[in-house]
Amino acid sequence: MNAFTSYLGSKVTPGQAGNQLWALIYVFIIFAGVALTVMWLINWVERKALAHFQVRLGPMRVGPHGLLQPFADALKLMLKEDIIPAEADAVVFWLAPVIGLLAAFTVYTVIPFGPSQAVSDMNIGILFMLGVSSLGVLGIVTAGWASNSHYPLIGALRSSAQMVSYEVAMGLAVVSALLMTSLNATGTGTLSMIGIVQAQQQQHIWFIFKFFPLGLVAFVIFAIAMVAEVNRCPFDLPEAESELTAGFHTEYSGLRWSLFMLAEYAAMMAVSAIAVTLWLGGWMHPFPNFLSSPAWEFIFSLFPGLSFAGFAAIAFLGTARMPSRPSFKIQRAGLGVFAALLGLIALLLLAIAVGGRANDASIAARFREGIDYVYWFLLKVVVFMYLFIWYRATWPRYRFDQLMKVGWKVLLPLALGVLIVTAIVGVILG
Amino acid sequence: MTDSRPLSPLDLETPEKPYLDSNELVLNMGPQHPATHGVLRVILKLDGEKVLGTECVIGYLHRGIEKIGENRTYTMFNPYVDRMDYCAAVSNGLGYCEAVEKLLNVEAPPRAQYVRVILTELQRLASHQLWLGTHALDIGAMTPLFYTFRDREEILKIFEKYCGARLTTHAFRIGGLQYEVYPGFDKDVKNFLAFFPPKLDEYEALLTGNRIWIERTKNVGVISGKDCIALGVTGPVLRASGVKWDIRKAVPYENYSKFDFEIPVGSNGDTYDRYLVRIAEMRQSLRIVEQAINGIPEGPIMAKVPKLIKPAPGEIYHSIEAPKGELGYFIVSDGSTQPYRLRVRPPSFVNLQALDVMVRGALVADVVAVIGTFDIVLGEVDR
Repeated sequence: MNAFTSYLGSKVTPGQAGNQLWALIYVFIIFAGVALTVMWLINWVERKALAHFQVRLGPMRVGPHGLLQPFADALKLMLKEDIIPAEADAVVFWLAPVIGLLAAFTVYTVIPFGPSQAVSDMNIGILFMLGVSSLGVLGIVTAGWASNSHYPLIGALRSSAQMVSYEVAMGLAVVSALLMTSLNATGTGTLSMIGIVQAQQQQHIWFIFKFFPLGLVAFVIFAIAMVAEVNRCPFDLPEAESELTAGFHTEYSGLRWSLFMLAEYAAMMAVSAIAVTLWLGGWMHPFPNFLSSPAWEFIFSLFPGLSFAGFAAIAFLGTARMPSRPSFKIQRAGLGVFAALLGLIALLLLAIAVGGRANDASIAARFREGIDYVYWFLLKVVVFMYLFIWYRATWPRYRFDQLMKVGWKVLLPLALGVLIVTAIVGVILG
Repeated sequence: MTDSRPLSPLDLETPEKPYLDSNELVLNMGPQHPATHGVLRVILKLDGEKVLGTECVIGYLHRGIEKIGENRTYTMFNPYVDRMDYCAAVSNGLGYCEAVEKLLNVEAPPRAQYVRVILTELQRLASHQLWLGTHALDIGAMTPLFYTFRDREEILKIFEKYCGARLTTHAFRIGGLQYEVYPGFDKDVKNFLAFFPPKLDEYEALLTGNRIWIERTKNVGVISGKDCIALGVTGPVLRASGVKWDIRKAVPYENYSKFDFEIPVGSNGDTYDRYLVRIAEMRQSLRIVEQAINGIPEGPIMAKVPKLIKPAPGEIYHSIEAPKGELGYFIVSDGSTQPYRLRVRPPSFVNLQALDVMVRGALVADVVAVIGTFDIVLGEVDR
């Protein structure tokens, strides 16, 4: 119990405070949250958004507006027969999705949802993140190899080549952001994820706007490389459906396949989180340098509640617009309940936002702060997730050699150039 | 590209190389594959991702349509032709009806000819739309497929209203038409003419200037006009290689000579040119439909054709410009009610021959793009 209460009110991450219990609680919250978001929300939003891009309705049957479809799918996938091809290397075949999933989820331990809302603040945070997230390719390569089949093999080879080439450009873009963290009085930079955001806080600027357009170019390079890194359209060659049927997971089905999907989406969120941390000010709300008066702070703290209120309003509108046929009774009631739930969350958040103001030292105030941080961080991540879906709806797929060309001949020189110029400008101005 | 070494990928042992070296791999693509447009099976010999040679295995959809033709009367066989190129059933029907009419020495009345041209050109639009959607999907762009299907629906609705069927229409009869156009046909077609051009612009907005689309299609699957002619390739594939050959102009059938339209040609003979040619063809088809619907005369819709069709002994070859290329019917009559021999020259089957020439030395992804650019329908390849 002491371990439980002692951490409350602390201003550092549980890892820093050495509180194992809270670290475990954070891990649990983050993993459950990520798994649920990926499985339910992202899945649903992707299918719905993609459908609406493509003049379709998307899932509409399971639950109101298909809201429960992801659960139905998950259930189906879990109940499917677990097939391991006869010629496959069973152990590696079994291991591959687990590796992918572990790599994708481990990085969440250092993602800073807020100054203390992270499992731990590693002093090599960004290195750890890049390192572990690139282990994901190991899962893909082993999956392709273990399947003992041609399509997965080609998919795996493509994937490894792709990840190796894009990681270089990605790493250089990251370095140019890291250089910017050292532009302070002491001249020491940081690799800590929380430190990077704090550096942006101290310099009163998101790194995307720093030394305009240098920060922006580095950000764009990273934004392109990260799409390639997580094998999403237009760089989805490893699983290019029309060429390799399903690429590296051709032979996978049921739960193993869904583990791959889970890993892919978790990795998408993880790389988005890196981009947000490095360039978009992490947990900071927009314009932190000149909209930081208490009045503005108050307005920004209303945002989480207001956005949930917005969701609730949309859901209520949907309930009202549903056809009043008897067959829609349950769906209608379900959507109504969902809307009411969202509204309740909105009210709760608004209450916290207003109530948490009273005493700045109270736990409620800390809770309110935490909600703000997490909200702004996740909002930025969600923008990237939406972009991923948007890319998928819009673009054709690159060919393998063109992908390599973009990686080595365009992004890499550009990233190197940006890095050098950033260093020079940093020395002159910093 | 036009390496003509007699190399079969299945021939694993060649004098220079006893077996596949460690970089080489034989990949079986199809018959169950998302991008082979049905049941085409392509065996690829790969060096890494580079294609060393291909071999097409066809026949998974063989139904013996030509043989069936020998066992049916001329009238009974008419619906069967719709099942060859089921994406352009109207064009198939037109070719068959005209061939038999030529054999009988009758001609459909002018009104019937106008309706036939309208429906056939609408079918060309529908077929090209289907091609565009699936081709884009093969190259990885998902969205155009849904847009083209949405708009193709309008054409299928006109077919459905006219003859009750959407795909296998059996729209025409030997000697003309069975049904007079339905009331409102005019309005429907004119509505479509107004509705479609903006949609076509929409497809182009998604693809024509798209950097990735250009990179994926430019200089991919290049074939020269000379090679096209040597291989018997026809249709948009031939025209994209710069050969201005369109049977509607070259050997006018129906009343195509009355309409003012152009034959779009390409210059490079690559996948991008074939895309542009087909898009331009859609615009030309719209022009033809517009002229036809405005000039449609009154009159009978059926020529005098005997109830029992018994052409005099003889043979006939008649071909039309189907959406995919030259669709020819060769019919030998022995004076009975059934053809003695019926042979179809399907454009898809002949065009598919060029696959090996076009993909040798390219990458796996290009094979998919090239198969898509042919606009093949396996029902027609295998018959």
